[in-house]
Amino acid sequence: MSFAWAKQYEPKSAFTKWIDEKLPFPRLVYNAVGAGYPVPRNLNYMWNFGVLAGFCLMIQIITGVVLAMHYAANATVAFGTVEHIMRNVNYGWMLRYAHANGASFFFIVIYLHIFRGFFYSSYKAPREMIWLLGVVIFLLMMATAFMGYVLPWGQMSFWGAQVITGLFGAIPLVGEPLQIWLLGGFAPDNAALNRFFSLHFLLPFVIAGVVILHIWALHIPGSSNPTGVEVKSESDTVPFHPYYTSKDGFGLGVFLILFTAMVFFLPNALGHPDNYIEANPLSTPALIVPEWYFYPFYAILRAFTGDLTIPFTGIVLIPAKLLGVIGMFGSILVWFILPWLDKSPVRSGHYRPLFRKFFWFGLVPTMAALFYLGGTHAEEPYIMLSQFFTAYYFLHFLVILPIISQIEVPKPLPFSITEGVLGKAATTEAPRAGTVDGGDAGTLPDGSLQPAE
Amino acid sequence: MADMSGASTPAGATDMLDGADGVRRRDWIHIAALSTAGVGGASLLFPLVSQMAPSADVLAQSTSEVDVSAIEPGQAIKTTFRKQPLFVRRLTPKEIEEANAVDVGSLRDPQTLAERTLVGSENLLVTMGVCTHLGCVPLGAAAGEDRGDFGGYFCPCHGSHYDTAGRIRKGPAPKNLSVPEYAFKTDTVIRIG
Repeated sequence: MSFAWAKQYEPKSAFTKWIDEKLPFPRLVYNAVGAGYPVPRNLNYMWNFGVLAGFCLMIQIITGVVLAMHYAANATVAFGTVEHIMRNVNYGWMLRYAHANGASFFFIVIYLHIFRGFFYSSYKAPREMIWLLGVVIFLLMMATAFMGYVLPWGQMSFWGAQVITGLFGAIPLVGEPLQIWLLGGFAPDNAALNRFFSLHFLLPFVIAGVVILHIWALHIPGSSNPTGVEVKSESDTVPFHPYYTSKDGFGLGVFLILFTAMVFFLPNALGHPDNYIEANPLSTPALIVPEWYFYPFYAILRAFTGDLTIPFTGIVLIPAKLLGVIGMFGSILVWFILPWLDKSPVRSGHYRPLFRKFFWFGLVPTMAALFYLGGTHAEEPYIMLSQFFTAYYFLHFLVILPIISQIEVPKPLPFSITEGVLGKAATTEAPRAGTVDGGDAGTLPDGSLQPAE
Repeated sequence: MADMSGASTPAGATDMLDGADGVRRRDWIHIAALSTAGVGGASLLFPLVSQMAPSADVLAQSTSEVDVSAIEPGQAIKTTFRKQPLFVRRLTPKEIEEANAVDVGSLRDPQTLAERTLVGSENLLVTMGVCTHLGCVPLGAAAGEDRGDFGGYFCPCHGSHYDTAGRIRKGPAPKNLSVPEYAFKTDTVIRIG
């Protein structure tokens, strides 16, 4: 599960020895996030976000369990119990704001985590499974966040539930019965609210389970790194503790400063005022949009305005409504095949000049634009812009990336992580405690230049 | 690199050392960082614990007003105070006599009737309707209910007998029925809490 030079856990006291024989949990922790897990020495701050995401999940579970002690999932009182939490419960306002902003920060952290994955091609072999599990976690997060947003039973909650379950209504034949089944009625009401509460409570623990698989899968090949060159010798790694516990600890401090600043000074900046109006099934808010973290996918959903028809016959193959749903889900599902779309053997964007151009001037502005467009009114020029950027989004993954990986001439990679960090001269001078010393290293094949498969 | 454990300073980094006694400048950072994290983490427990305490709306219910003018001697009413039953009884002269005839020193929880009522209205007994044993509601407030061996209240759960002053006389309960803080708001209305 780890490199040969990983330090072994050695219980010192009689008690820890006893524990180690009966249930080697301290050993597990030691090997997972302790000194027994060697990590590439050159990780930059983009590698903080995995730990931060785990921390966000903990914030959400702790504050969520507490909020559930005061909340009632009943359509007649739900809105009132949220106000009760805000006004009556001791520190209820703080816990609820921490939970609501915690969701936003969870997504900020996750998007930066995914951004890291895109730029450094963390999805490539041998780490495909980590990536696939990550996409599963992201989908579960989206479902959880959506259902959580319904619980306050405000106007945005209600109409969010109406619109999102309406997506399933687009599916041919079974769509409408499916939507009614999902809601337990013809419109969002008590039945829907109750099941959303139940599932909103359950799913975070399912996420925690998949996170464990995600970390398990990570620990088999070990972390990637900014050069994309695989670890070759002990000089390429440092123990997770104390090197990355302290680096992650610093990142955590910065995260907490930003998080608490939002919770205490701008608690509603990322929310919608309409959700402080109780749900009214007879009146839709003027601008109905999801929370900001769903904007890109909402923009893609709204980009499909015309039916797919056979030209000149007027036969509708796929109606616009279904196209939008396919587009929205497809925009995330395409990530599942990403490891097989980008076949370049070079991982890091630093050594891929052509990829880097399309990344910074193609994908990044596209995502930024979709983030913006998802929050706008459904009118021109926003619809046209959404269509343009949606088209580029799919083009990037399905066409541009495969072509780049075929035609690109990557820059020369450093022989090893140590060489990448310290330069060629330092590689041989650096003292080595491992079995592979600087002299022998030059004769070893560079595994990172092998094809990703 | 020279030392992978991270537990000690690399040999070359002599500037890290403050003295020959092995105290490093970095030790200060460790102590400061871990203390800050520790205090911060521990202070988070405060709201998490506090949120389970009674909320503002529960505390706002902590006074009740009762009109006692209609209660005839020998009659009791059941009302509520902080979502718990409250007994208000107008004692008959005979009941007062019985209560005062008891040797206070012989009681499990020694109190005179005067100590359990307000000056000027010794015939008005206001007690919680909560048995001091394990919290059941004693019988005796409503007409026709078993008032126990001492003519006051009787708790059917585990057989505690209270006398006409609501004092524990027999059975497992350790204390007299508790008398909440109350005062006359007007001539006929008392305010509890």
